[in-house]
Amino acid sequence: MTPSELNQLRDSLKAAHKNVKKCLHVCVGSGCLSSKSETFIPAIQKEIQAQGLKEYTVKGVGCRGLCAAGPLVSSEPDGTLYHEVTEADVKGIVENLNGIKNNEKVYNTDTPFFKKQKKIVLENAGEIDPCSIDEYICADGYTALTKVLTSMNPQQVIDTISTSGLRGRGGAGFPTGRKWGMMAKSVSKDGKKFVVCNGDEGDPGAFMDRSMMEADPHRILEGMIIAGYAVGSDQGFVYVRAEYPLAVKRFQLAIEKAREKNLLGKNILGSSFSFDIEIRLGAGAFVCGEETALIASIEGKRGSPSPRPPFPTTSGIWGKPTMINNVETFANVAPIINRGGDWFASIGTDKSKGTKVFALTGHVTNSGLIEVPMGTTLREIVFDIGGGCLNGKKFKAVQTGGPSGGFITEKDLDTPISYENLQNLGSIMGSGGMVVLDEDDCMVDITRFYLRFCVDESCGKCAPCRIGGYQLLQILENILRGRGTPEDLPQLKQICHAMQKASLCGLGQTAPNPVLSTMKNFEDEYKAYIEGGVKYARQKSKGKS
Amino acid sequence: MVGEGSDSVFGKILTIMTSETLDQGQMSCEEIRKNIQKYVDKWRNVEGSLIMVLHDIQEDIGYVPREWAMEIGKALDIKLARIYEVLTFYHYFKLKPQGKHSIHVCTGTACHIKGAPAILEILKTQLGFNVGETTADRLFNLDVVRCVGACGLAPAVVIDGEVNGKSTPEKIIEKVKSLQS
Amino acid sequence: MNTEIIKATINGTPVEVPAGTKILEAARKVHIKIPTLCKHQDLLPSGGCGLCIVRVKGSPKMFRACTTPLENGMDITTHDAEIVETRKTVLELILSNHPDECLTCGRNTNCELQRLSAEFGIRDDKIKRYVPDLPKDASTGSIIIDARKCIKCGRCVQVCQEIQNVWALSFLHRGINTKMAPCGDISLAESPCIRCGQCAAHCPTGAIVEKDDVPAVWDALHNPEKFCTVQIAPAVRVSLGEEFGLPPGTDLTKKIYAALRRLGFKAIFDSNFSADLTIMEEASEFVDRFTKNPSSLPLVTSCCPSWTDFMEKMHPDFIDHFSSAKSPQQMMGAMVKTYFAQKNNIDPAKIFQLSIMPCTAKKFELERCKEMKSSGYPDVDCSITTREFARMIKQSGIDFDSIPEEKADSILGEHSGAGVIFGTTGGVMEAALRTAYNVITGKNLEKEAIDIQSVRGLDGVKEATIGVGNFNVRVAVAHGLANVEYILDKVREAKQQGKESPYHFIEVMACPGGCIGGGGQPYGVTDNLRQKRMAGIYQCDRNCPVRCSHDNPEIKKIYADFLGSPRSEKAHELLHTHYQSRPIYQR
Ligand SMILES: Cc1cc2nc3c(=O)[nH]c(=O)nc-3n(C[C@H](O)[C@H](O)[C@H](O)COP(=O)(O)O)c2cc1C
Ligand code: SF4
Ligand code: SF4
Ligand code: SF4
Ligand code: SF4
Ligand code: SF4
Ligand code: SF4
Ligand code: SF4
Ligand code: FES
Ligand code: FES
Ligand code: FES
Repeated sequence: MTPSELNQLRDSLKAAHKNVKKCLHVCVGSGCLSSKSETFIPAIQKEIQAQGLKEYTVKGVGCRGLCAAGPLVSSEPDGTLYHEVTEADVKGIVENLNGIKNNEKVYNTDTPFFKKQKKIVLENAGEIDPCSIDEYICADGYTALTKVLTSMNPQQVIDTISTSGLRGRGGAGFPTGRKWGMMAKSVSKDGKKFVVCNGDEGDPGAFMDRSMMEADPHRILEGMIIAGYAVGSDQGFVYVRAEYPLAVKRFQLAIEKAREKNLLGKNILGSSFSFDIEIRLGAGAFVCGEETALIASIEGKRGSPSPRPPFPTTSGIWGKPTMINNVETFANVAPIINRGGDWFASIGTDKSKGTKVFALTGHVTNSGLIEVPMGTTLREIVFDIGGGCLNGKKFKAVQTGGPSGGFITEKDLDTPISYENLQNLGSIMGSGGMVVLDEDDCMVDITRFYLRFCVDESCGKCAPCRIGGYQLLQILENILRGRGTPEDLPQLKQICHAMQKASLCGLGQTAPNPVLSTMKNFEDEYKAYIEGGVKYARQKSKGKS
Repeated sequence: MVGEGSDSVFGKILTIMTSETLDQGQMSCEEIRKNIQKYVDKWRNVEGSLIMVLHDIQEDIGYVPREWAMEIGKALDIKLARIYEVLTFYHYFKLKPQGKHSIHVCTGTACHIKGAPAILEILKTQLGFNVGETTADRLFNLDVVRCVGACGLAPAVVIDGEVNGKSTPEKIIEKVKSLQS
Repeated sequence: MNTEIIKATINGTPVEVPAGTKILEAARKVHIKIPTLCKHQDLLPSGGCGLCIVRVKGSPKMFRACTTPLENGMDITTHDAEIVETRKTVLELILSNHPDECLTCGRNTNCELQRLSAEFGIRDDKIKRYVPDLPKDASTGSIIIDARKCIKCGRCVQVCQEIQNVWALSFLHRGINTKMAPCGDISLAESPCIRCGQCAAHCPTGAIVEKDDVPAVWDALHNPEKFCTVQIAPAVRVSLGEEFGLPPGTDLTKKIYAALRRLGFKAIFDSNFSADLTIMEEASEFVDRFTKNPSSLPLVTSCCPSWTDFMEKMHPDFIDHFSSAKSPQQMMGAMVKTYFAQKNNIDPAKIFQLSIMPCTAKKFELERCKEMKSSGYPDVDCSITTREFARMIKQSGIDFDSIPEEKADSILGEHSGAGVIFGTTGGVMEAALRTAYNVITGKNLEKEAIDIQSVRGLDGVKEATIGVGNFNVRVAVAHGLANVEYILDKVREAKQQGKESPYHFIEVMACPGGCIGGGGQPYGVTDNLRQKRMAGIYQCDRNCPVRCSHDNPEIKKIYADFLGSPRSEKAHELLHTHYQSRPIYQR
């Protein structure tokens, strides 16, 4: 396929699309699928036929982030959203295509949950059929790739990314343009370089990357191909958790479809640039999200991190330069190329640009996947978008950054979200997990939860993390059983400190963060356990904020 | 003085490696070799394919038997030590035959906060299941997972690959009981 | 090669090192010792212990000195209150996951963990101890694994996998449950382990130690029914001194003889003698093949039991190339229980033959196969390592430093310089060539040429062509078993293409450096130490009036009196063995 053929295809698809008057979008993300949403599609088709509605169609679309209210069906272009749909509702929904008559399942979209969001990476989620490359092309997919291949040299691509101010969404927020620039300069003896998409998403309670891979796989592919072009690589890997079978399936399908259309493989779109992608599965190890561990895992080894330097961009998979970016990072690439680096840089804060997707969960009224511009305050997220705590309970804290992160209390809720601001509050941006805790949540217990996660997931290579984490957990368990002593608190701090300084990789270095964060903000809850025992502590923590 | 005589040691290894009960219908090495051929063909020339091969085997027969690991090692020239390093590192891989039905209780953050511990508890107390174990009747296997990505539906319990969102202890017990009969 | 020079400061002292040098080594240059527990000079750093952390100005993080290369302009602090405190906590954490068993531990007084806790002045167990309940593995009879004491530094695994290419050891599971264990979670004896003991030699703790056979030796010595005899291996004499504070490489042959006599051995022999005997058999086997049956070349040495074990398991296609000559240890045993017994009219059943070896595999060799009992009795009854021997001396009350020198017993005690160099890589090859030269040309190598320099040194693979009369003999020497694959592959390739073998003669020793770096040698081996021991060995050789095995008068005598000629029927019965393929073992 040549660029002009691709454009022709897009034009004809768009033309055909115009003929569709209305389309029912059935969510077939994992969440809604678990309530059998896929069965609605044939049911709706039948119903449309039965009602003799010719210009109306139905299709499956990716997750729209409201799984808690799923299964979802929406009618486009008017945007009427139906929630908690059952087979019995199908008839009514189809009838509504000609004007709303049945509105008991209609979901109110005129709320801050929808208004305060800004969708860039999720713009296609809920809009297109993730299994159809035509739908992606029709939604202006692969225009960025065409632009890059026909009118930009690699340096221009890197410059555009640099201008945009995009920072890695995998957690650390490393400037993506700088990473690409380093990788482009990196020399490989045999010319082999690898681009890796990190879809390990291990943070428990976060599902941003999964839903992107399920809802819009081609956009991630496009980002990767552009990255390959920019840094001089001809081989990509997508590393996905095995716990995400649907994401794997849709990604695999996307790769095959893209190959068919010569968007992957040799001489992409007739250019001299070749690039192909393979999928590699994780196997239940959070630490494999860490770059050097991920590399080891792709090489077929234990996912133990290795000391850096050498950095992956110098020596990664099989000793070749390897560049790893997060799923969401790649998903931002095509819009930046299409609309320009300056456009992207105009969104967000001084140092944190664009939007960020968060998985808002916990004791919050509207849990789900949200995308907001950087700079949105935590209060807006928790109270406007999230609708505050469930059942009118009192807010206690919001946890960001997952097991590496910290807790943010009421007094800091007006902080605008940015990498730096969250860090200053003793937490981190992380990959986008955001857990709301209310007055009934016991902070020592939650801390133990995060710590146990890290202990379970420690690779065991280095002593500070392997033993330190375990010992911290023992002390916390003791405290929670009412058997703590006043010496426990300084010892917790001592071990935390040693882990932060002497652990080999990010997992061990940050595993103590939740402990330190709760000890700082909620020391009285610890003391309550130590001084007054379990019952006393539970009573005391309840209703307190 | 001297160690176990070499001949006795050589004898012993033979018994160990062949006596281990095989769930796969007591296949002989020959049969296993035939069976693994498709994996070998698929992955032979792919560098670092070990984890993918193990996934394929587990997908097909539910776990990775020792004999299969040994044969795969030979066929793909991967050291047995490496295979076991990997098998025991990644929690996804199973070394023993699993129950007919798998129950994975999500214990990720969202699910933890929204009641996963209570679901686990009732599976343990009321049905006598143990995490990481197969029930005596080989019917069930209880495991925990750290987030299946259905946090919006927390707490989530995956039964035989199907996500059960917004689970409650009662619903899960009911579901399990229906599988029991 | 990168020859760039890096300039930086460490604790305020300027330092210049070649690019790539790690902070740890750079600090050494300016006389600063950074504590380490997982790093070993032979091995790549794993970054496992976290003790070597240092601060680099401008970064909030701490860096591992063992893995971080020095960079231009770095301003490094290796010791300040916070660093030392952190190290101490890490050490306390390691101890909290470690049994409190120093007094009964195989590494008591020479354990790296113990030393560090002493240095850091750790005075109480503040952190509650958690020690996993793991059984010991004594299945090999050569080494004992006590995984509870393992600190997961990874040295043993790296040695076994990368240096020895055996893959018997591995890490299983993860996190706090990580354990060092034989590959498929089976016993070590069922693994491909070749008992070389390199894991034990590199382990910083008592998690892998040699099996202690000293009590059995005392039993024999205290048994009036037993006639106790002993042999010492070439490599033991230049390393034993390290256990007594003497410089490595010091030749203690004659003090050892004296000590053995005081310990109560009734006859003291030297494996150097049987090494000469091995050379007589092996060199004539070589000349035979070389002159009459070149297609059966290369001939491969077989005196290292770990190597023969490795070959039987992993490279059985080389069985026909193996010299059938037994190792010096076994030849000595066979001679003691036949020739020596007959000559002195002693019932061989009552003879106890001990061997003192640098080696843990020698314990296993005693029972390798039935040929190890060709005299009708076990050729050798017990084998102990240099380390065990040092303990025996210490237990016996002998003041080793001041003991006057004595001679070995004759016969089976006299040796040539060729016999002693068996203790180092390249030595067997050199000794065999000295004799083969004589057999082929009828002359001895000339003064200078007798030192065959091209097969000496610590290069992993040494290839050389040696002129022998009208012939050119192509040889290869490898030590550290990972190095051997290259040589074997070259031979295989030639075979496949129907070409002549690239080598006529191949020497392999399992341990890096050969027996001087054996798994039973005093701890702390590094290349530097190997070189010193090696220098000691070559000094012994030079000090010998007789430099070639065939010139050893006692060797001449034993052939005249007893064996007839090399590879005679009798020699075959007593001094040769066979090999069998053991394909059930796999890596
Ligand atoms: C323990 C640990 C787990 C991580 N898990 C993930 C993950 O699941 N997904 C991810 O994208 N990055 C993860 N990271 C961060 C990656 O190592 C890496 O920084 C990131 O993939 C780089 O991509 P970016 O520059 O686009 O952010 C993890 C890091 C650590 C230390
Ligand atoms: S990503 Fe959100 S919408 Fe999609 S399945 Fe998960 S929870 Fe549901
Ligand atoms: S910090 Fe933890 S996860 Fe990272 S290398 Fe060390 S033990 Fe492994
Ligand atoms: S390994 Fe070292 S520290 Fe541990 S018990 Fe033995 S001597 Fe003591
Ligand atoms: S060092 Fe201390 S504990 Fe050990 S034997 Fe001496 S007195 Fe006892
Ligand atoms: S003795 Fe040698 S082969 Fe056996 S485990 Fe140790 S290093 Fe490996
Ligand atoms: S056994 Fe010894 S060498 Fe091996 S990992 Fe443990 S402490 Fe290190
Ligand atoms: S090289 Fe020497 S010490 Fe090492 S295993 Fe062989 S015989 Fe033993
Ligand atoms: S899966 Fe349907 S809204 Fe998420
Ligand atoms: S925490 Fe249970 S699905 Fe994410
Ligand atoms: S010596 Fe550097 S981490 Fe152990």
